[in-house]
Amino acid sequence: MAKDMTKKKIIIVGGGISGLLAAIKVCELGGEVLLFSYCPVKRSHSLCAQGGINACMDTKGEHDSVYEHFDDTVYGGDFLADQIAVKGMVEAAPKLIKMFDRMGVPFTRTPEGVLDLRNFGGQKNKRTCFAGSTTGQQILYALDEQVRRWEVKGSVKKYEFWEFIKIVKNKEGICRGIIAQSMNTMKIEAFRADTVILATGGPGQVFGRCTASTICNGSAVSAVYQQGAEIANPEFIQIHPTAIPGSDKNRLMSEACRGEGGRVWVYKDGKPWYFLEEMYPAYGNLVPRDIASRAIYKVCVHMGLGINGENRVYLDLSHIPADYLERKLGGILEMYSEFVGKDPRKVPMEIFPSVHYSMGGIWVDRKHNTNIPGLMASGECDYQYHGANRLGANSLLSAAYSGTISGPEAMNWAKNGNKGSEISDAELEAARAEVQEEYDRIVNMSGEENAHKLHHEMGDIMYKYVAIERDNNGLDQGLIELKKLLKRWDNIGLTDHSKTANQEAMFVRQLRNMILYAMAITKSARMRDESRGAHAKIKLENGQQVHDADGELVFMPRDDKNFMFTSIVNYDPKTEEPVVTYREFDHSLIKPRPRSYAVAKKE
Amino acid sequence: MAEKKVRFVIERQDSPESQPYTQEFDVDYRPGLNVVAALMEIQKNPVTVDGKKVAPVVWECNCLEKVCGACMMVINGRARQACCALVDEIEQPIHLAPARTFPVIRDLLIDRTRMFEALKKIQGWVELDGSWDVKDAPIQNPYTAQTAYEISHCMTCGCCLEACPNVGPQSDFIGPAPTVQAYLFNLHPLGKFDKPKRLNALMEKGGITSCGNSQNCVEVCPKFIKLTTYLAQLNRDVNIQALKNIFNN
Repeated sequence: MAKDMTKKKIIIVGGGISGLLAAIKVCELGGEVLLFSYCPVKRSHSLCAQGGINACMDTKGEHDSVYEHFDDTVYGGDFLADQIAVKGMVEAAPKLIKMFDRMGVPFTRTPEGVLDLRNFGGQKNKRTCFAGSTTGQQILYALDEQVRRWEVKGSVKKYEFWEFIKIVKNKEGICRGIIAQSMNTMKIEAFRADTVILATGGPGQVFGRCTASTICNGSAVSAVYQQGAEIANPEFIQIHPTAIPGSDKNRLMSEACRGEGGRVWVYKDGKPWYFLEEMYPAYGNLVPRDIASRAIYKVCVHMGLGINGENRVYLDLSHIPADYLERKLGGILEMYSEFVGKDPRKVPMEIFPSVHYSMGGIWVDRKHNTNIPGLMASGECDYQYHGANRLGANSLLSAAYSGTISGPEAMNWAKNGNKGSEISDAELEAARAEVQEEYDRIVNMSGEENAHKLHHEMGDIMYKYVAIERDNNGLDQGLIELKKLLKRWDNIGLTDHSKTANQEAMFVRQLRNMILYAMAITKSARMRDESRGAHAKIKLENGQQVHDADGELVFMPRDDKNFMFTSIVNYDPKTEEPVVTYREFDHSLIKPRPRSYAVAKKE
Repeated sequence: MAEKKVRFVIERQDSPESQPYTQEFDVDYRPGLNVVAALMEIQKNPVTVDGKKVAPVVWECNCLEKVCGACMMVINGRARQACCALVDEIEQPIHLAPARTFPVIRDLLIDRTRMFEALKKIQGWVELDGSWDVKDAPIQNPYTAQTAYEISHCMTCGCCLEACPNVGPQSDFIGPAPTVQAYLFNLHPLGKFDKPKRLNALMEKGGITSCGNSQNCVEVCPKFIKLTTYLAQLNRDVNIQALKNIFNN
């Protein structure tokens, strides 16, 4: 069959929920997709989302409304999300759920066969659709199946086990393609495209131990940042309150545990102390993640009340009937038993907060265009929708919704955009050769440092200075240490010089990108002198942390006048350092108000 | 006191064409250590028990939570996920080998393309008009949905193919996992419209007649999917379809 040369060619990097949904939209509009992924797309990190996906279905007699979902999201995000964008997302949510239902996502159902809903943090109404405790896996699979159908029809070509290295721009600075490398044969190739969408997920690995998959390294985002793409709000890193601490990874225990009635407690004066219920009577265990994480941190680190003096608290489901738990949370309880060796149906689980999600990411407009024409970003790798803190079960929603926006917009750009000059074969080859040279240099590195050890150290730095509680002394120190790490990167040595599946060389390249991303996060956190959502900054006086009369740490307040702006981070190629500026965003629909979960929300 | 070590005997292979060989590594013991975490330690210090500095072991992993299916390998002779293989629960020294039912790319890294290709063969999807809104989705029987949920946990890891005596060069059998996926889509209120197509596909070469009912698959499935139950059910459905084909023609 002759190839249709008039078809618009869209490159999508990343095959999680956002990338796959964008791919489907492009195919439906007659485009051709080249889909790049570190892994078979069915193994993408979206499948780790457990608890559910928010949509106002209003099928529980609670008079839930789309407006309430909108307000909860904006309020939960501490008024840093673009409100027009959020409004579009929550309005589309119920339709997306019905589409997933038609695709075959096996949502958990009520006895009469309609979709069941559960509670989630930061929301008073039941609004979360779920497939047991593996909602992300089920949605990802349904999209994987639909994309396979388009693959059979010839509209999608998959490049699985290929790593995105960088974009290729024409003379006018417009993105016209990418350079990628086969992770098995190590062959480096250039690819032309009418539009490129990055849907590469979050940067969890920048923190070393986190709830993210090993492939969530933020390397692609950092690569385009170094090529001129702006990163927005990177300082807003969500710390999930309930994870199983581990040396290889912190495994997520879904917020659905709390949504289904789980209680968080520690012993105090010999008796169980349900501290979230006491501190936040209106929401109790269902406070948003930033609030719960800080409370657990305070109870363990500042009050010394963690289990056996360690940084752990109990997450207790043992009072809930076992058959109910099995139906609603089966998958994750099995995981806890398997990895910890204790049955959470019988004994309380032991958990501690962990880095989980990035609210920030590549800056995009409401159509998901970045500041580089022809380059788009979609899903967790962009910064849209969540402001300073994301509500649980809004991430599957934003992943899906952003794909339904970026896909059609990619086609729109391909057809109508001012793409400037065509890129010549010679230009393409020059860009490829540059990446080849850089790779060859890495394979031959023979210094003393081990890349995986450096990665571990970077995680320690980030957890020490840029996690739950931050202060400007620590952030300054963090930046100094990250810069030292960047220097030490030059002194890495490889033991693997193979031309087949050289994972070590690829990791060394990713690590440099990760360090530069870590610097962007840290610098942006340093510059934001307030506390908002996941970014909690301790007040300093004469360089010392301030405590109140009761000896409690004093945090800087939210400062709408100076900081209700989007942080914009640009890369300075001369110094390799991040440069932070601020940008207006739309907050015209809901007037900012103080955020407190001790009392019921007032609109 | 000397630190407690865990010995790993790893079958390695430098490229798809080269010959396998073994190397041994010691990893510091710690409580909760799993096989992936141990391989990560080897990355940080890739030195064999003989003190030889070598290339780190190559393998595939993503989620480390037993959901993505990537880290399947043969551990002490049994196909399973490496992330949830706790050192405390398995015999030492620990033998790691690639699942050779699949082509080996390097060390423990294998090529499972054939599984994804098989999903195309069985038409593993619901034939949607489009991703646009069509007002409502059909109500579903919650019990049927529960069964679908169980089968939909299949993470295409390939344990069942590795364990199945009928998957291999001697047969075209696509294997238990992709076959059972046909049953999943036949359960869906919209997916069942194409049930005859899927059943006819399973009558072809490599389809369900290649299943020898050895029951190995259900033993190794890390997601505890009742593979043999659904294979039996499918076999019945395929026979009924075959009769329908005769009488309707």
